[in-house]
Amino acid sequence: MRFALIADEVRVPIDSDADIVSARQKGRELASHCGFPSTDLAVVATAISELARNIVRYAVHGKIILRVVDNHGKRGIEVVATDDGPGIPDVALAMQDGYSTSGSLGLGLPGTRRLMDEFEIKSDFGKGTTVTVRKWKR
Amino acid sequence: MQVPILKQGAYLIATVQSALTDEDLKQLRDALVGQVSKVRARGVIVDVTALDVIDSFATRTLRDVAHMIRLRGAETVIVGIQPEVAFSMVKLGLSLEGVATALDLEEGLAYLDRKVKGHNHEVRTHR
Repeated sequence: MRFALIADEVRVPIDSDADIVSARQKGRELASHCGFPSTDLAVVATAISELARNIVRYAVHGKIILRVVDNHGKRGIEVVATDDGPGIPDVALAMQDGYSTSGSLGLGLPGTRRLMDEFEIKSDFGKGTTVTVRKWKR
Repeated sequence: MQVPILKQGAYLIATVQSALTDEDLKQLRDALVGQVSKVRARGVIVDVTALDVIDSFATRTLRDVAHMIRLRGAETVIVGIQPEVAFSMVKLGLSLEGVATALDLEEGLAYLDRKVKGHNHEVRTHR
């Protein structure tokens, strides 16, 4: 891990629609405890919603890990969305606005990147996908 | 969590009370499209004041509701999108293009009154 972990991480298993809602609520709570302004709470919750939905749509099962991190005194929230689903065959394509294989709007990944400060994606075709995003407190 | 739908005059008002799952959103869509013809509503208001997240799926479903209801000959207006929700939607790349929105329930009712009355007037002048 690149950043110091401040508190215990929160793990939310993602297996159904309802888990998308609970993941984003837990993320909002954590960001709120961390002192993020209300605009950023909505931003973090929306990003979690998109990442969790990708798990349900494409991988069926996975988890969202929420962490409060510290980078030289700067507080932030880290969200890791990980699954052992089919993986993304072409990550560059999946990062394009409007590209979708499920009939959705195709804004999930590129939109999440715009919402958050940092975005990393690792996908092994056939093995799974892990997306890590961070938002730093201003 | 089911969304209650109230009939008020020629309008249907759906007030979202808490966070909705994708399944809840689909149910709301189907209920509204069904109810419009059943009660011969002229307008529909969806009040989303209570929603703290409107993500890509919710946006698409709300857009679908408005378009389906327009095909049924009625008007839809989405009211109460919170400022931080609007901010996140725009950042994400979402828009409710082609869908009427208003600040709150009061503004939404005023919008429908204008729309529906305008429509009546049009019909009358053609006779």
